[in-house]
Amino acid sequence: MTQLVALPVLLPLLGAGVCLVLGRSARAQRIVSVVVLAAVVATAATLLVRADSLGPQSLTVAGWGPEIGITLVADRLAALMLLVSSVVTLLVLLYSFGQGIVEYGRDTPLSVFHPTYLVLSAGVSNAFLSADLFNLFVGFEVLLAASYVLITLGGTEARIRAGTVYIVVSLLSSVIFLVAIACVYAATGTVNFARLAERVPDLDPAVAQVLQLLLLTVFCIKAAVFPLSAWLPDSYPTAPAPVTAVFAGLLTKVGVYAIVRTQTLIFPAESMRTLVLVAATLTMVVGILGAVAQNDIKRILSFTLVSHIGYMLLGIGLGSELALSGAIYYIAHHITVQTALFLLAGLVEYRSGTTNLDRLGGLARSAPVLSVVFFVPAMNLAGIPPFSGFLGKVALGRAGIEAGDWLAVTAVAAGVAVSLLTLYAIAKVWNRAFWQPVDDDRAQAVVDDGGDLWSHGAMHGGGEVTTRTRQTSAWARVAEEQRLPLGMALPTLALVAATVALTVVAGPLFRVTDAAATELVQRTPYVESVLGGGS
Amino acid sequence: MTVDLVLVVAIAVLVGCGTTLMLERSLSRILIGFVMVGNGVNLLFVVASGPSGAPPIVGRDGITDPLPQAMALTAIVITLGVSAFGLALAYRSWQLSGSDDVKDDVEDDLVRRRAEADETSATFEAPQTDVPDEEGADR
Repeated sequence: MTQLVALPVLLPLLGAGVCLVLGRSARAQRIVSVVVLAAVVATAATLLVRADSLGPQSLTVAGWGPEIGITLVADRLAALMLLVSSVVTLLVLLYSFGQGIVEYGRDTPLSVFHPTYLVLSAGVSNAFLSADLFNLFVGFEVLLAASYVLITLGGTEARIRAGTVYIVVSLLSSVIFLVAIACVYAATGTVNFARLAERVPDLDPAVAQVLQLLLLTVFCIKAAVFPLSAWLPDSYPTAPAPVTAVFAGLLTKVGVYAIVRTQTLIFPAESMRTLVLVAATLTMVVGILGAVAQNDIKRILSFTLVSHIGYMLLGIGLGSELALSGAIYYIAHHITVQTALFLLAGLVEYRSGTTNLDRLGGLARSAPVLSVVFFVPAMNLAGIPPFSGFLGKVALGRAGIEAGDWLAVTAVAAGVAVSLLTLYAIAKVWNRAFWQPVDDDRAQAVVDDGGDLWSHGAMHGGGEVTTRTRQTSAWARVAEEQRLPLGMALPTLALVAATVALTVVAGPLFRVTDAAATELVQRTPYVESVLGGGS
Repeated sequence: MTVDLVLVVAIAVLVGCGTTLMLERSLSRILIGFVMVGNGVNLLFVVASGPSGAPPIVGRDGITDPLPQAMALTAIVITLGVSAFGLALAYRSWQLSGSDDVKDDVEDDLVRRRAEADETSATFEAPQTDVPDEEGADR
């Protein structure tokens, strides 16, 4: 049954091939994509149950043995990440059907969205399941290559610009990753996580620290940890809504996952604790200050994304079981909430033609359902009590207070302040986009100024939307009754329901994350599962 | 561990030149820089594999370590694919704007301009004064 571990990687890749063959038939591509991703969700759920009851599931591919072969492992952490990410991927795919991202005419002659999306999913799965550094690198490259295509989809000028920044930063991080792998191999003679866990303690501490710093740098670029985070708010907002949503939900979290995995398994000594905690605090604070300064929903959300990576890093830096458990819960919470908010921003954009707060207003009156649905994950992100954001923050806060030293307590205090600032930033969105009536003068000034050049049709992807946005003014469009397509609204609703469900199932979920954290701190279950002849 | 000096010098030159090129604004130069750095790192894998030896074929004695070579091969393939995509991107950028320079972010510029103008956000209720500002003059 351990063969199941390979399915989340294999199925999407095969599905991508089938989608490419099906080429122009959009309907067939949709069916294949949905079936494949649904199968991945089912596999991930099965893996989580098995990992929870039977211990880590490992599979060494092609019988090469764990030393030189490729090993895939699903322990509780990996299986949980896989389940959350695959559910989100599936829902965003359904949302993209509603938006009609796939068929927008002659600009994309070959329908590349579905195959690329499936490849992205395969890359994410591979990164979560991989049990050696090089396979992790390959997983990253697969998902990055797919993300390059998705972020520049349609090839408009704004997207090419944003995509260039994203790609250059990713290329640089990939090169540093390769340097790190070469150094790790030169020092230890292996890239397998389990073997590394055995051999790194024997290394000269200085060498081990260099290796740790190299890997940490790479993953911090991917996870958008300050000061390596500037690329993210610059590149994400211009992509189509579903693409931004899935990137925001998954890609940075893969980086965070890689930090969790390497820091707990390979470098359990807390030599980088100070550095990680300082970086976590700065990420939280600088990120949210960026969000406060912005004027566009997607950009505000991008900055809150950076900011909240800091919470996860805080848990990793503290390193206790409670902190890790809180961090894992927070990752699951943040994947769903951030994706839901970006999907909702996409709905706002669909409804009003823009996400610029200067041009939005009065949505609470014209789109009451959308407003209520937006309110739930928005409050969740800010960490208002009944929601999962609050639960995650409480766990992290308690872990910080228990650690007791001034650095941990400062970081927790910063976390609380950032939570309030998140509330401020998200309340700004709520007030200006939904609550207050649209300010005609300001909207006209922005239109005249051409200041929101990037924020309307250009990022929508649809040529028609662009022209319509240009011709009709902001306030006229708010009055115009435009119904949201169910195809977009239902997946968004489902995802918002999932964010609420994280509160409802918080008990069992925390039991799993506690067990996952224990497993991470113990390290032996993982190592034994990989080296104990898992075949 | 003994290291081949020629390899180390080659890596230093490739990575050094590549990094300089990657600091440029033009995407095609960045890509050339990336390819150079990538090749430098591939050589690093050769260094990491330890002393040279016989070809890694089953049955021979004193073979060299094949694993880093497999990794370098994979890295070469990935670099190739990504460079091709990057070149297509540079070409598209040239098609659209006549150059492949990476431009500054418009929204960043807007935030900077707002900061310079010291404009408060629209949710801030400014105290009403009798003197209308420029935008409100026609009211």
